[in-house]
Amino acid sequence: MTLDDRRHQPSVVLVNAAVRIARQNVWSEVNLTVGHGEFVAILGPNGTGKSTLVKAILGLHPLAQGSASVLGAPPGVAARRIGYLPQRRSFDPGLPVRGADIVRFGYDGDRWGFPLGLGKMSRARREAREKIEWAIEMVGAGSYAHRPIGQVSGGEQQRLLIAQALVRDPDLLLLDEPLDSLDLPNQGSVAALLSDICRKQGMTVMLVAHDVNPILGFLDRVVYLARGRVISGTPGEVITAETLSRLYDTRIDVFTTSEGRLCVVGQPDAPAPHSGHDHHGGRN
Amino acid sequence: MTGFAVLAATGLTWHLGSDLRQLTAYPFMVNALRAGALVAMMAGAVGWFMVLRRQSFAGHSLSMIAFPGASGAILLGINPLIGYFGMTGVAALAFAASSPRGGRAGSREGAALIGTVQAFVLALGFLFVSLYKGLMSGPIALLFGSIVGISNYDVTILAVIGAVTAVVLAVIARPLFFATVDEEVARARGVPVRALSFAFFVLLGVTAAGAAEVVGATLTFALLVLPAATAQRLTARPVLSMTITIGLSIGVTWIGMAAAFFSVYPIGFFVTTVAVAVYVVAAGIEFAARRSGTRGALAVGKFQT
Repeated sequence: MTLDDRRHQPSVVLVNAAVRIARQNVWSEVNLTVGHGEFVAILGPNGTGKSTLVKAILGLHPLAQGSASVLGAPPGVAARRIGYLPQRRSFDPGLPVRGADIVRFGYDGDRWGFPLGLGKMSRARREAREKIEWAIEMVGAGSYAHRPIGQVSGGEQQRLLIAQALVRDPDLLLLDEPLDSLDLPNQGSVAALLSDICRKQGMTVMLVAHDVNPILGFLDRVVYLARGRVISGTPGEVITAETLSRLYDTRIDVFTTSEGRLCVVGQPDAPAPHSGHDHHGGRN
Repeated sequence: MTGFAVLAATGLTWHLGSDLRQLTAYPFMVNALRAGALVAMMAGAVGWFMVLRRQSFAGHSLSMIAFPGASGAILLGINPLIGYFGMTGVAALAFAASSPRGGRAGSREGAALIGTVQAFVLALGFLFVSLYKGLMSGPIALLFGSIVGISNYDVTILAVIGAVTAVVLAVIARPLFFATVDEEVARARGVPVRALSFAFFVLLGVTAAGAAEVVGATLTFALLVLPAATAQRLTARPVLSMTITIGLSIGVTWIGMAAAFFSVYPIGFFVTTVAVAVYVVAAGIEFAARRSGTRGALAVGKFQT
């Protein structure tokens, strides 16, 4: 397949898809098409299966129903062309592994063998170094990449982990709450960084987010999960009182503040994080 | 125990040349040094991953299992090597099968199971020793090691096992490192996390059995954990850290063997004493480096592997 074909092929297609955990549907009847190079947010209350959607695209959760195509193949087949950042991990301060090693895992961590090149000057080794340095430069982590990963700040760890997801120049970047646990200025700069990478590298970026506002200005598409259903479209189509009221099946208001921030009001209380249960009773 | 008869003829002269000549004058001692280097290399490399994977408790249990393995084999009249490797191999497979999905043996259930097995096998070992009425070198040699009685055959077997371990570890090193530090991403990238965990348990069992034959069941653990823990305090550079680990491992084993040769005390005591001393020094260096605001000369540096 030529590069040009890839560009015209949608990155992710879900048709009538459902995922079941413990014999309960997390979500079902999901139809979704994400085009190449789109910047997409996956939104919705806790426990609605946002991470599960990411894992289904990665092929880590089998579909109970329907079909999926990821980069033109069934989920899991094109794993090498996907960069993945799971939900917030933290590293033990004593872990004797440097930030650059963490980035390097993204480059060749899955290859068999021992991480010694064929001599310092071998081509493969030089190429690996260049790629790793490029990814570190891209996220602006050059000044702390040599320090043990457990000893840099949360925001710095997050940038290094994004570099890890980026380092192999993937066609699709899946990020599970990359802005979580970052302070506001950092949220803004990481969001801008991701959108910049998306445009410059022509990468499809899908990220799970709690709050749409830090990324609102960059988004091509929103995937909104609630009550076991999914709605997708442009932010203007989806984040409206009408659409969300229909999705939640209850009165929802959307206000725009004077600075252009969106406020969704009337959304039923989200269940406790990680409870794994949907209290809205919409799963079936 | 060390051989008193042989040792009576020797004495430390504090002259390096003549002491080394004395050390290598006896075939049994040459065999001990060769076997020691082989198990030190295995224990260093495998121990480095064990410490990183937080599987020290499993490593300790696998080392202890060598004791009933060997005494049971002697009781049945079969080659102790079969006992060492057979029993630790079975235990390693059991630990691997019961470890949580793919992961490190850091779970509560895993630790409880390993602890239970460990207590049971220790008791079993002492039962075998007391059931055996004939001449057994005694539980002390099985537990604390001995520099006498390592045959050419034993060295050959250890060399073969060491070579196989080295090849397997070299092949799986990179994905194992990835899966150890960053399991979730490794799995998403298609790294066979569960299979690697299984393979590593087997390597750990084989290494523990081999080392137990030379330095004794209890002190095998010291050789598995101390050089790796020392090196990991000194540097965050993975390849350098593993090189230091293997070097330290061989160093403390040979020093311990030499000390055991020139004295009447068992090898295990010396190996652990030297290893603990080096660890304390490394912890001191790390502490001082942190106090002065740097990470120590070894910790910084560019990211060439």
